[in-house]
Amino acid sequence: MADTVANAIDTPDLEQPYAALGVKNEEYARIKEILGRRPTSAELAMYSVMWSEHCSYKSSKVHLKKFGALSQDTPRGPLLAGIGENAGVVDIGQGYAVTFKAESHNHPSFVEPYQGAATGVGGIVRDILAMGARPIGVMDSLRFGPLTEPDTRRVLPGVVAGVGGYGNCLGLPNIGGEVQFHPTYLSNPLVNALCVGVLRHEELHRAFASGVGNKVILFGAATGGDGIGGASILASETFDETGPAKRPSVQVGDPFMEKLLIECTLELFQAGVIQGIQDFGAAGISCATSELASAGDGGMAVRLELVPLRDPNLAPEEILMSESQERMMAVVAPEDVDKFMEICRKWDVSATIIGEVTDGDRLVIHWHGECIVDVDPKTVAHEGPTYERPYQRPTWLDEVNANRAEALTRDNTPEGLRAALKAVLGHGNVADKSWVTNQYDRYVRGNSVLAQPEDAGMIRIDEETGLGIALALDANSRFTYLNPRLGAQLSLAEAYRNVAATGAEPVAITDCLNFGSPEDPEVMWTFVEAIEGLVDACRELGIPVTGGNVSLYNQTGTTPILPTPTIGVLGVIDDVAKRIRSGFAGAGDGIWLLGATFEELSGSIWADAVHGGHLGGQPPRLDLAAEKELAKLLRLVSEQGLAASAHDLSEGGLAAALFESAQQGGLGFAVALPGIDPTVALFSESPSRALLSVPADKEGKIAYLAGEHGVTAVRLGTVTAEQIAHFEGLFEVPMAELIESWQAPIPAAMA
Amino acid sequence: MPRVVVNVMPKPEILDPQGKAVTGALKRLGFDGMTVRQGKRFEIEIDGEVTPEALQQVAAAAEKLLANTVIETFEVVNA
Repeated sequence: MADTVANAIDTPDLEQPYAALGVKNEEYARIKEILGRRPTSAELAMYSVMWSEHCSYKSSKVHLKKFGALSQDTPRGPLLAGIGENAGVVDIGQGYAVTFKAESHNHPSFVEPYQGAATGVGGIVRDILAMGARPIGVMDSLRFGPLTEPDTRRVLPGVVAGVGGYGNCLGLPNIGGEVQFHPTYLSNPLVNALCVGVLRHEELHRAFASGVGNKVILFGAATGGDGIGGASILASETFDETGPAKRPSVQVGDPFMEKLLIECTLELFQAGVIQGIQDFGAAGISCATSELASAGDGGMAVRLELVPLRDPNLAPEEILMSESQERMMAVVAPEDVDKFMEICRKWDVSATIIGEVTDGDRLVIHWHGECIVDVDPKTVAHEGPTYERPYQRPTWLDEVNANRAEALTRDNTPEGLRAALKAVLGHGNVADKSWVTNQYDRYVRGNSVLAQPEDAGMIRIDEETGLGIALALDANSRFTYLNPRLGAQLSLAEAYRNVAATGAEPVAITDCLNFGSPEDPEVMWTFVEAIEGLVDACRELGIPVTGGNVSLYNQTGTTPILPTPTIGVLGVIDDVAKRIRSGFAGAGDGIWLLGATFEELSGSIWADAVHGGHLGGQPPRLDLAAEKELAKLLRLVSEQGLAASAHDLSEGGLAAALFESAQQGGLGFAVALPGIDPTVALFSESPSRALLSVPADKEGKIAYLAGEHGVTAVRLGTVTAEQIAHFEGLFEVPMAELIESWQAPIPAAMA
Repeated sequence: MPRVVVNVMPKPEILDPQGKAVTGALKRLGFDGMTVRQGKRFEIEIDGEVTPEALQQVAAAAEKLLANTVIETFEVVNA
């Protein structure tokens, strides 16, 4: 029999396996204090999952608040919804709003790469859908162990196939992202998926349950034993006779079901039959009921036995915690229920009334007539524990910072530079990613303006006016390791610059913060520094944080991953016809370098590729005012149609940018490197720089505008028809030879 | 040549989207009361006798390649 509330009152001293569910002693005591009795096993299941780090942000909350203190205005007006909603909503003009968010699905992608990555995409798509928006594109930021490791051959292809399989089946273009490698990701790969959706202003929906008597409807897939490793402990305690066997924690995605759910949900919104809606995140029904109920002005009564099950043996605790995919919960007025059900039938989506909104403020759940949950939903959803984790600067950091890459030997001979160039282009982080991106549908829906390998993805929103958005997703975990505050800012600056390079105006960011254990004070320090860095940078750049996701405990043993703050930047472009591509377009065009280059080699790909994995020193300095001016200049260049191409400089420095622009255009180049040290000129990763190619008659205008914006502009040389990379006075090498070094690494490792 | 069969099925508690789709299609075609779970069948011809060692080899191959044992089970059948 179920552990009822009455039973909990009668047996106050029953031993409960809270520790095995990850609930700490003091948290268990707090639950008892809130309830005035011991929790039932179903209540314990709910609290344990909702108070987990993943759902409650208990270690990060106090620091994430700093994002909320930022102005909620974008350069194009106030946010329509900000932090705390399923996803932030940005006004992009002409009555359109865009919502976007990134989420991690790291651990599941290590256990079962295909399904882990696939359900990661599915989860973020439902977040966007719950805002009332039509999902229109996805991106992904992926990090793996070294290409030479056998386990990377298991994880990488599975993750890529999962991202592609799910997104392609949904008919969503994958418009970009990144793929990076480092040994710390070997047993802890990162899969950060971003989804973007569009809606009209008046279509915005928020999650809450109001109106006594309104029905609570569960719709979408049936509930199975997915992702309930934890709850099984409870079930086996309570149900050792009839309980199900130990279950895997692998969730399997069904993109075709999700596609139906998308169309069905959008039609339900259109029909105006939804009062409140919630997607099913990590904590399943526990999360949806407590979030919906605590956001509304009433309570909620649920009959759990009405939940359609895929596996009839599931115990109530398991139903509450199941992470089965492709489910949503809606609150519907009684008079709209028939219409709601009719629309669900049309899309072949099963829908079941499982409860209703009640007077008062309790969430009460019954199981075959017995009361198994009676809680204040706010204590479950929002009043979880908050920790002020101790943090301290790592003692080893000084030594790492002192080991500067600027002090490494530089081989500036023609042979040395040529070898270094090939090594940088063949580094996993810089190398050709088409093995990955060719598995993604980039153009479905017919509105993709730019996709990989461009700097940012771009989607047309309005076919008449050409209004569009650009998105970039970036992190530089090498810089963040060396200096978390600056590294996080540099990651943001890179995404910002990527968006700007297409001609779009950066307007808002979302973040996905991947770090190690918050219980390690050194990791916690890194986390706090990164957040404060991002807050400062956002204030300076004048763009708000719309929301985000935190993923902690990313480590193998006691070794954390490189701190990885993945930043998504959204930009708006008034007419996508004015977008600038990153590939050179015509022989004879002048090649211009915008922005200043400094002797900054620490944390660079050059240091890693040429000096056997060197990672030390301080990352490049960042002048946010210069970054902002560069972005303004690039926007003018786009508006006035002055450049044939624009490419941001980031990993691999000028060398990588020159090569990529030439490779994409099927052209070559002849340049004179600026400055005295060719290694610095080629491989320094100073931020706030971009590479333009400019038709001869527009070069004067570029020089003039750059001067006006205080941006250093140097003419390096010209684009050539011959496919040769020519560095005046130093060396030249056929593009074909460089392309070979650049294309080889991923296909060779996966062969 | 002797033949060994490996049957691979999604674990009972794992969602099986293909089986679900087939179940739905059957129902639409008027075949009522059928619930489908869909797996895979591999027919493997082996050199020499079907010895216990040979079966063990096939099981090892199934474990490594033919089945994803995180979400699937398999059986080796001497056909």
